[in-house]
Amino acid sequence: MAYSIQDYKSDVHSNWCPGCGDFGILNAVQMSLMDMQLDPHRVAVFSGVGCAAKTPHYIQTYGVHTLHGRVLPFATGAKLANPNLNIIAVGGDGDGMGIGAGHFVGTGRMNLDLTYVLFNNGVYGLTKGQASPTLELGQQTKSLPQPNSSGAVNPLLLAFASGYSFIARGYAYNIPQLKGLIRDAIEHPGLSFVEVLQPCPTYNNINTREWYGGADRKDAEGTARPRVYNLEDQDHDPLISSETATESRHAKVGVFIEKALEWGDAIPTGIFLRNLTQNTYEERIGERIDTYRSEPPARRQIENNQQSVADLEPLFEELRVF
Amino acid sequence: MELIINHLAWRIGGAQGSGVDSAANLFASAMASGGLHVFGNREFYSNIMGEHSYFELRVSDHPVACPTTRLNVLTTFDAETAIRHSNEIADGGALIYDIKLIDTPFEKIPNLERRVQQDLGKVLDEKGLPRTMNSMLQLAEQRGITLYPVPYEDLLKTDEMLQKLPYATLKKMVNTMSAAASAALLDYDLKFINQGLEETFSGKQKVIELNIRAAEITYDYFKKTFTKPFSRKIEPIESNEKRLYVNGNQAVGMGKIAAGCSVQAYYPISPATDESTYLEGHESFPLKNGDGKGSILVLQTGDEIAAICSAIGAGLSGARAATSTSGPGFSLMAEALGWAGINETPVVVTLYQRGGPSTGLPTRSEQGDLRFALHAGHGEFPRLLVASGDLEESFYDAMRVFNYAERYQTPVIHLLDKGLATYKRTFPYFDSNRIKIERGALLSDEEAAKLESYDRFAYTDSNISPRTVLGQAGGVSWYTGDESTEDGHITEDPIDRILMMEKRANKLVSALQEIPEDEQFILHGDPNATTTIVGWGSTKGSILEALGRLNNADHSVNFLQGRLMSPFPAAAFSTILEKAEHLIGIEENYSGQFAQLIREHTGIAMDYFISKYNGRPITVDEVEESVLEIMGGQAPQKVVLHHGI
Ligand SMILES: Cc1ncc(C[n+]2csc(CCOP(=O)(O)OP(=O)(O)O)c2C)c(N)n1
Ligand code: SF4
Ligand SMILES: [Mg+2]
Repeated sequence: MAYSIQDYKSDVHSNWCPGCGDFGILNAVQMSLMDMQLDPHRVAVFSGVGCAAKTPHYIQTYGVHTLHGRVLPFATGAKLANPNLNIIAVGGDGDGMGIGAGHFVGTGRMNLDLTYVLFNNGVYGLTKGQASPTLELGQQTKSLPQPNSSGAVNPLLLAFASGYSFIARGYAYNIPQLKGLIRDAIEHPGLSFVEVLQPCPTYNNINTREWYGGADRKDAEGTARPRVYNLEDQDHDPLISSETATESRHAKVGVFIEKALEWGDAIPTGIFLRNLTQNTYEERIGERIDTYRSEPPARRQIENNQQSVADLEPLFEELRVF
Repeated sequence: MELIINHLAWRIGGAQGSGVDSAANLFASAMASGGLHVFGNREFYSNIMGEHSYFELRVSDHPVACPTTRLNVLTTFDAETAIRHSNEIADGGALIYDIKLIDTPFEKIPNLERRVQQDLGKVLDEKGLPRTMNSMLQLAEQRGITLYPVPYEDLLKTDEMLQKLPYATLKKMVNTMSAAASAALLDYDLKFINQGLEETFSGKQKVIELNIRAAEITYDYFKKTFTKPFSRKIEPIESNEKRLYVNGNQAVGMGKIAAGCSVQAYYPISPATDESTYLEGHESFPLKNGDGKGSILVLQTGDEIAAICSAIGAGLSGARAATSTSGPGFSLMAEALGWAGINETPVVVTLYQRGGPSTGLPTRSEQGDLRFALHAGHGEFPRLLVASGDLEESFYDAMRVFNYAERYQTPVIHLLDKGLATYKRTFPYFDSNRIKIERGALLSDEEAAKLESYDRFAYTDSNISPRTVLGQAGGVSWYTGDESTEDGHITEDPIDRILMMEKRANKLVSALQEIPEDEQFILHGDPNATTTIVGWGSTKGSILEALGRLNNADHSVNFLQGRLMSPFPAAAFSTILEKAEHLIGIEENYSGQFAQLIREHTGIAMDYFISKYNGRPITVDEVEESVLEIMGGQAPQKVVLHHGI
């Protein structure tokens, strides 16, 4: 029996502000799970703290709402203990690029097989709109007493520098595209990162739905010219595989950086990079511990009739007095 | 002079990286293979090369468990050790040293702190002696210490086989030679040293040969030159008990493996790191039934926040998971500890205390984090806190804490310290069957699959809710650091808040009723003694040995050792403490943290407090002397101990 979208919806009433971009992202996550027909109990959605981080409560899978900035370490532990789980980590831009930035980098180095979705609204929503690490220098969103005096971090470039092997960007109001991106990210064998441009109608009065949609840039006929565009429309090929020649790889990295830096009147979305040349952390462990997948740490039998099954004899022998 | 057999306090020192540890391990293994019991304490700087470190060994025909103040033999191969430690040799003791170094002046030793130069120098100045190693030797000799000069370099350079080697290679063998000289002094068969060398350098035949040669020429030289017998002797003892020579980091690591801990996340920090690297070095191990193998995944994270969060995450997936750290790292874990508390998720934190605050004394001993471990984290949530007192307890407690964590679905802190981490002892093999593995209300896949509906935090009579793990069919559930309803979704409802607070807090009430008494505390000695010493943690060895000495001298003293610090067995403590006429607290901290805890719970205050906070362990002699001073009515209410180098 196939799962319907209802099977991925919890009965918790969501308490985001009307018009919040988070609704679109939530829908896209649920739709991608349905698309893949993943058993809800095999999926765990982890989050940090913030508006974005309430997401797991609205999804009918295992949901773990952790600490501000710490979503990736929690998710990492859960995944390593049971590599057979499908783990999706979500959270805000403050969560991931501010207080959790160290973990963002550290996790990037591992290439675990999990997916991280970053809700980028340029503000700290839940604490009433302070500047987030992705807000540009000099911008003054609604609740800032002064213009932002720090520059913005570029999540895509940071992801690349840290080692994420799948890097994409979606837009909260383009649900069909976002659904596809999240699905591709989950299916990617390795660590995938999806930045989502997420208008926060309550606090970010600069990067609004209208702004992304280009309402201020009408053509002669009066039609808005959206700022966001799809990389696919430019025939962007994000794939780096073992067959990609070295020069071609370098060229692709160059294009990646160029695209990641594009902002303002043209904002690319879609898959920026899909690197299949790195093995996953789980594979590396599996090479050392051959039972890692068949008997993952979390599922390993540790007792028999309440007696420890571990044989300590070799450990004792090693320290034995002769 | 009476010959004392098989009781020895021996010390070797030198610059870090110069082979002090190798010499000590060689000597210890030679002793242990002769059937003797060995206790070792390593003192070292937070430094890789050059600073002074030393290793002391106690050797006996019965188990020994603590450091002493009174050395019998000091073995040296540098001037610094002879200068720093010669005052520590008890009357009738021996000092082995390098004859070539005796003219070394204090100021030629860059690592000798100004304070040490001044203190030692003052004594020499008063006697009109120059500030040199030789003057220290003279002082020792005047006290009746026998001096044993050994010409290490000449011996090496005149030996036919060894002289061909480059001097740099030769120099490395001085530590072997000093161990051999000690064996000669103690009239202990050289074959045990040679055996130790074979073990140490196993597989490197050439190195073994050279070292055996160096040991032989030293041993022969010593025997020929110093013919008068020394007052102490070591004789091998027949023993067919299988023994380990193990330190606390290893004992805890073994306990974790036995307990089925399958994920350990950590960030490097002394004195905890060696446990994690030990585990990673033994990530795969056989199973008792012979088929298959077990494993533990060790994850080095980017910081301690990530370490504890990953351990909790692994716990959510169903693994027995732990992290291991020291004060600075634990400081970073406070918020996550509360997350595990409110989410009723088992996690074990192995906390090795060291000198604080801040980076403090990174490689030294202190019991300064008891109150912190009890309170770390904001808000109120249940935690269990277990303090081990020796290496054996460290192993078995390392197993037990996982049971507590899963039974009460809450964080458990296993509190140890630098002493326990690095003390080394000979022990019979541990027996993992002594501790049953209890996983608490953990649902099997079959049980979970049969659930019709499931609330992770369901209110129950026992206050413990059946637990599913991520991935189990039938058990889909939610967790949040916010207060939640039974289903794990956020709530700010005042009634649910009360119920949830009470549910969590009451788990500790059950824990206190269910955990066996000897896991909560141990009353050592005569329950009716007039004086009760109260202590916890790594001072156990020193207190116990001092207890024996005091009671042999017809004093009436017992020792109440605290083990379970949270929940605290207040009623039992009251009963015991009310019985004694005099109460003496002993702790390696400034403020008497355990005494405060007892007073908080029972209203009973210690009459005296023996306190030490110089980063060095409390020795048996310090306990004995200060308790006697107190009993003699000579002591202030707080006796501060100073011993240590
Ligand atoms: C350690 C800690 N510091 C501060 C906070 C307060 N806090 C809650 S949410 C938040 C910022 C959330 O911003 P973001 O991650 O961008 O998520 P958003 O609300 O915008 O979705 C902060 C600072 C906290 N919960 N924990
Ligand atoms: S504050 Fe912004 S991000 Fe938060 S719910 Fe409201 S609109 Fe959404
Ligand atoms: Mg935000």
